[in-house]
Amino acid sequence: MERPYDVTVIGGGPGGLAAALKADEAGAHVLLIEREARLGGILKQCIHDGFGLIRYGERLSGPEYVERFTDSFRQRTIACLLQTFVTAIDQRKDGFLLTVVNAHGVMEYRTKTIVLATGCRERTARQVAIHGTRPAGIFTAGTAQHLVNLSGQMPTKRCVILGSGDIGLIMARRLTLEGAEVAGVYEVKPEPSGLRRNIAQCLEDYDIPLHLSQTVTRVFGDSRLEAVEVARVDSSMRPVPGTEKIIGCDALILSVGLIPENEIAETLKVPMDRGTKGPVCNSDFMTCVPGVFSCGNALHVSDLVDYVSESGELAGAAAACYRPEADCKEDVPLLPDGSLQYIVPQKINVHDGKETVLYFRSRETVTDGTFVIEVDGKELFVKHYRNLRPPEMERIKVDFSGSGLREDARITVRIRQKEGAR
Amino acid sequence: MKELTCIVCPNGCTLYAEETEAGFQVAGNLCRRGEEFAITELTNPVRTVCSTVATAFPRVPVIPVRVSREIPKERIFDVMEEINKIVVSERVEKGAVLMEDVLGLGADIIVTSSILSEQE
Repeated sequence: MERPYDVTVIGGGPGGLAAALKADEAGAHVLLIEREARLGGILKQCIHDGFGLIRYGERLSGPEYVERFTDSFRQRTIACLLQTFVTAIDQRKDGFLLTVVNAHGVMEYRTKTIVLATGCRERTARQVAIHGTRPAGIFTAGTAQHLVNLSGQMPTKRCVILGSGDIGLIMARRLTLEGAEVAGVYEVKPEPSGLRRNIAQCLEDYDIPLHLSQTVTRVFGDSRLEAVEVARVDSSMRPVPGTEKIIGCDALILSVGLIPENEIAETLKVPMDRGTKGPVCNSDFMTCVPGVFSCGNALHVSDLVDYVSESGELAGAAAACYRPEADCKEDVPLLPDGSLQYIVPQKINVHDGKETVLYFRSRETVTDGTFVIEVDGKELFVKHYRNLRPPEMERIKVDFSGSGLREDARITVRIRQKEGAR
Repeated sequence: MKELTCIVCPNGCTLYAEETEAGFQVAGNLCRRGEEFAITELTNPVRTVCSTVATAFPRVPVIPVRVSREIPKERIFDVMEEINKIVVSERVEKGAVLMEDVLGLGADIIVTSSILSEQE
């Protein structure tokens, strides 16, 4: 058996590549495992521009953004297994034993730490109750994107899009450009879930109607989808009888949310956060299982890849410096109130001498909101926001080192609304 | 007064823009690029077009491309028509120009991935 790796990164998308690069730069012996034939993750099929604005000040397409990472990855000759699946991870006294399978057979690798960069999955038709037959023509937005942008196949001539997530909006534009008709985007919630710039440049630019508080209730068709039924919903998102409408279409495209992919984390019994659906981690992006780190969309679904790369770099650098004797007992939990959907990381290492990067999402749309962190009732960090919206993740840097943080400190986090405003 | 959503960055500011005798008045923007966007949007709205082109390589049937600079919004479908005429038969790299000065709009059609040159 080969000498153990210091850091094994699982997943070769923008999070995993950033983690592997940073760990390698820090001098660690690094292995990256990717299940697909090519590195780059989902960005390979995200051919639209707008990536890297924060990181590079440029509006790159997905492939351009991620190939900057894959190019440096190859230059640094980091060990990499492609078309390889991790089938088991056993925790050992001195680290982990990974069992992987690929065309060469079943192999084992020893590693001191693991960075989980497994990305996220799309919610499917099964997870949004739609009645009717099971015809062909129901795709997730990501599948449609794969077909059009990588396989060069058009999955539809006239479609309905359910859900206003960003990939759905991007695909509405993409399918329109390629000559398909998008009959409309239906969103069950009263507010769109994608970024506003995507509503503007993907729907409004092409006169694609967005129907809020409406959903798809039935599908029709034997071998191929022929029509869908849409209906208005009430304030508790239940279809209102009598508002049904039939729309003829050969495809229904679902953009109804993304869920962090954490099957491997679950086998390691990594505790999860119900808000993010990803692992609970500390300011080093280490989960509560010592030596196991998490980053990117596996940790929490980001709307900007720039932050996926950032959390990957932070996790990779921390994994490279990991010492087993330091565990997460001295981490102090952040206690967000109901005004936040979540905050990541969920715990702060009291001995952290550096600034901590935090990502959070507001539960509701807030105008003139103030984000406040208090330690034992004393304000430590305050930031004012003109607008906070659930689809738009916020990122801040907070220095906890000056606050004399103790293990029994109570760190509360909330968004204070302006008086009388909502 | 026109209400616009700025598409320059993820902030997606709501802009309020109008042309007055004293020039363009823009409000709601967090940065200067928002003001520039609003003025362009009122005078000559432009967009980036990203798409794919067919290749002669069965394992990589399409590769991604984009325009090297923004083109007028009302010419998007004309540019798409030009893009759809292209068939790539060489193992081009990212940045390769497939069509120069498309429709005289001052933008080239460029390749945005090196997937073909990786495959040799």
